[in-house]
Amino acid sequence: MEIRKWHVLLMTVLLVAMTVIGCSQGAIDDHKESGQSTGNSILLATTTSTENSGLLDDILPILTEDTGVEVKVVAVGTGQALQMGKDGEVDVILAHSKKAEDEFVQEDHGIQRFDVMYNDFVLIGPKDDPADIGVLAKNDILKALSIFQNTEETFLSRGDDSGTHKMELQLWETLGIDPKGRWYVSAGQGMGAVIQMTNEMLGYTLSDRATYLSMKHNLDLDIILEGDGMLFNQYGVIAVNPNKNVQINYEGAMILIEWLLSEKGQGLIGEFGQSEFGQSLFIPNAK
Amino acid sequence: MGQILEGTKSALMLLLSFDREIYGIVGLSLYVTLTASIISSFVAVPLGILLAVKDFPMKQFVVRFVYTMMSLPPVIVGLVIFLLFSRSGPLGVLRIIYTPTAMIVAQICLVMPIIIGIVYNGTKEKGREIQEVAETLGANKMQTLVLLIKELRINIFAAIVTGYGRAISEVGAVMIVGGNIRGDTRVMTTAIAMLKSQGDYETAIAIGIVLLLLSFLINSILYKLQQEES
Repeated sequence: MEIRKWHVLLMTVLLVAMTVIGCSQGAIDDHKESGQSTGNSILLATTTSTENSGLLDDILPILTEDTGVEVKVVAVGTGQALQMGKDGEVDVILAHSKKAEDEFVQEDHGIQRFDVMYNDFVLIGPKDDPADIGVLAKNDILKALSIFQNTEETFLSRGDDSGTHKMELQLWETLGIDPKGRWYVSAGQGMGAVIQMTNEMLGYTLSDRATYLSMKHNLDLDIILEGDGMLFNQYGVIAVNPNKNVQINYEGAMILIEWLLSEKGQGLIGEFGQSEFGQSLFIPNAK
Repeated sequence: MGQILEGTKSALMLLLSFDREIYGIVGLSLYVTLTASIISSFVAVPLGILLAVKDFPMKQFVVRFVYTMMSLPPVIVGLVIFLLFSRSGPLGVLRIIYTPTAMIVAQICLVMPIIIGIVYNGTKEKGREIQEVAETLGANKMQTLVLLIKELRINIFAAIVTGYGRAISEVGAVMIVGGNIRGDTRVMTTAIAMLKSQGDYETAIAIGIVLLLLSFLINSILYKLQQEES
């Protein structure tokens, strides 16, 4: 009796182990497959915000219809997206940290950077705004941040080297403040997780508008501050330098870029979100 | 391959530079996992022994339940603990979400069934015998329990080490209930997951090495104790 029970347990463990190994093997194969971009398939590294908002799911199938290029999307932080480009693991990058992107091109990891679209960051916080940011700072983000240093209200930072995090760090740098202390919480997670944490801790955080809008119905948080020119969030697209390895599909990357910058691509970007949120989540601005 | 070698080299340099943040993360990992394992042990070892030596109604069901709990997916534990302790949850007033305490609670839920299950399995064969001997010699219930723990110490130690292995390697639950807050709830596993998502493979490898060394150390202790026994 006891032996049989052990057998069942052992079999279960083995079964689970085999499934896990099988799945991870599959994942490895998938990765290999997507790494070896053939003529019609490209690998795009992008930030979580474009993926989470649903923009890419919305427009990429139309691109495939138009051009025959199939795009596989890896959604990571801007930091890792650029790193994947440097390592030659992806063909094209769609990110939102202009400074880091320009450096990427200067260091010859990418060919050329193009503006695609923008949206903006907003400061979100508890509906009753306990730190009185809305009244004290109006739409001045620097003033708002300097208030946090002097109050005990919690400010959550992405702390994950993402485009949003880089933007926030730049603001502190402009202020000459080194954010430290119990009030400054560095979460090291994606935008969605950090908004959820902000909601739990009744704190404040800097969010891209698209992610906030898509989560709004579950939150006790409001936009406390918006409209400061410093909160402008530009997205750029870069084809990875094809000299890195033979697997890079530069032609496919350029087809994607041209399509994104074309009248049709830009029009689709501008329309996205209007029916669901009553406003565009991304505003096209290719030159 | 080059990346792994380069990463390992820089990882070793980083470890030797005694980076305060890394050692803080290691310290918190040890604090959370050891506390969870110790609390779990004090409850689970007697429970496992009792489960093995006592007969009671529904015993088979309880045993099956413990076995099921042994393979509980950490993210589910994370989710349940989060829902219980979040602001709108029934235990939200305790305000422990996103603190090390919440991480310890989550890990206790994962570790406790493992220790109970292994102790139960080790006790049910030799346990009756030891219990009968103790009772023949006139030991009271407490003395019997102490004797059982003494006699079965290798099995109990193995149970605790296995439970500890679960705690130290766990990432899903502590990420959800702890939030991976820098300097506050960031432990080795959540740090590795985060660093990977940032493309900072070097630091991730450095912390991975520490994690492996710790596992090795703990298993060496177990091995040594078993050697001394035989």
